[in-house]
Amino acid sequence: MVARTVLHDADITRALRRIAHEVLESRRGDGRLVFLGIPTRGATLAARIQRIVDEIEPGVSSAGALDITLYRDDLAHTPTRTPAPTRVPEGGIDDTIVVLVDDVLYSGRTIRAALDALVDHGRPRAVRLAVLVDRGHRELPIRADFVGKNLPSATSERVSVRLTEIDGIDEVTIEP
Amino acid sequence: MKHLLSTRDLNRESAIQILDVAEDMAQTADREVRKLPPLRGKTVVNLFFEDSTRTRLSFESAAKRLSADVITFSAKGSSVSKGESLKDTAQTLAAMGADAIVVRHHDSGAAHQLAHAGWIDAAIINAGDGTHEHPTQALLDAFTIRSRRFGAASRGRDLTGMRVVIVGDIVHSRVARSNVWLLTTLGAEVHLVAPRTLLPHGVEQWPVSVHEHLDDALALAPDAVMMLRIQSERMRDAFFPTAREYARVWGLTAERFALLGADTMVMHPGPMNRGLEISSAAADSERSTVLAQVTNGVSIRMAVLYLLVAGSSTTDAGGSER
Repeated sequence: MVARTVLHDADITRALRRIAHEVLESRRGDGRLVFLGIPTRGATLAARIQRIVDEIEPGVSSAGALDITLYRDDLAHTPTRTPAPTRVPEGGIDDTIVVLVDDVLYSGRTIRAALDALVDHGRPRAVRLAVLVDRGHRELPIRADFVGKNLPSATSERVSVRLTEIDGIDEVTIEP
Repeated sequence: MKHLLSTRDLNRESAIQILDVAEDMAQTADREVRKLPPLRGKTVVNLFFEDSTRTRLSFESAAKRLSADVITFSAKGSSVSKGESLKDTAQTLAAMGADAIVVRHHDSGAAHQLAHAGWIDAAIINAGDGTHEHPTQALLDAFTIRSRRFGAASRGRDLTGMRVVIVGDIVHSRVARSNVWLLTTLGAEVHLVAPRTLLPHGVEQWPVSVHEHLDDALALAPDAVMMLRIQSERMRDAFFPTAREYARVWGLTAERFALLGADTMVMHPGPMNRGLEISSAAADSERSTVLAQVTNGVSIRMAVLYLLVAGSSTTDAGGSER
């Protein structure tokens, strides 16, 4: 059973640049952009995308992290998890355009939890979703606005995202 | 970990896990909506056989912030005053479907018995049993020391190298016992100061240094001085000559407070006897953490309730997993 690399470091960088451009294009008007990543790797990706956006258009965006552990719908059925810190940029999210960022979009349940968590922090003007990999198999009516790569997969396959800041390497692999 | 009965049961990792989760819980205080959903549909029972306002309110608001249903059961005016046994009370609560029981009892070991007698399957949290332990108080004290010292960089840290002096009625104090085990587990150096009559038997075997004079301990430049309440309700014998004498020799008087280092924190589990174990100069100063301890208490109790109650009942909430 060998893992196949589907995205190398250059592919990931290119995908994030494209997402950054697409987010800016879709911004319309003067809305402040807040990239909120879902820990752990979503938060890293959010920071990276925000840095690219800030190079292209300085001062219109900020980045943070939104932990969803306490909002999961499977809390009562799994071992207790330790939450990760939530960091909401100064100024809050009221009236901003929030871009939720995650590494892999799969069942959609994580994003459902993130939407619930978001409501407790304020009322954004709009909420968008950016993911590095969309592997399909949705269990809820949720779709991403910005996708790095669509990766058709079988439910039995395992998709792993590794990022330099955490894992020492940038790659996306799929293994049977 | 299914129950929280004693800080002796906590290893370094699980203690730090509770403190770190409490950091996350503390964050929710600044949010627009302060409620979190993880205990929706769960029932937490506060079972208080002994009077307590602070601890009960603290547990109650912690459970409510996690969206649990809270039932408070105090012994006064209940069937306990009609002679119901702990066993029958426990079985009644089990029949009502309690997921967690926060218990305070005047007898040491009551929480342990509830947890292990097989009467009820709920998570048991010891909120003070006799003169034995009060683990959430020690956890909130450790949390307070850590966040005063390290601020936003607290996560993942222990208390290595910190020196804590605990002063007063050690023999009757469950707060002191829980703190001794927890603070030493976290790497702190603990010093006890008390008149000989208020030191427990066997204190030589505790991992602490014992001093008879407060000034000797304060000369060590401690990071925190924790003043214990003189518990007049437990004072059935003459442990010291007079209250004035106690205040003069073992109290944190304004004079002693003035000699403390600028970053020494002054702690008290409350309620305070001003003028007896602590002077107003010390209690109301910026170095006093008394009110921070109350606020942190809610965060710690949220963390404990979350870790014990939110997951499936077969869960192990121990420190290593993630």
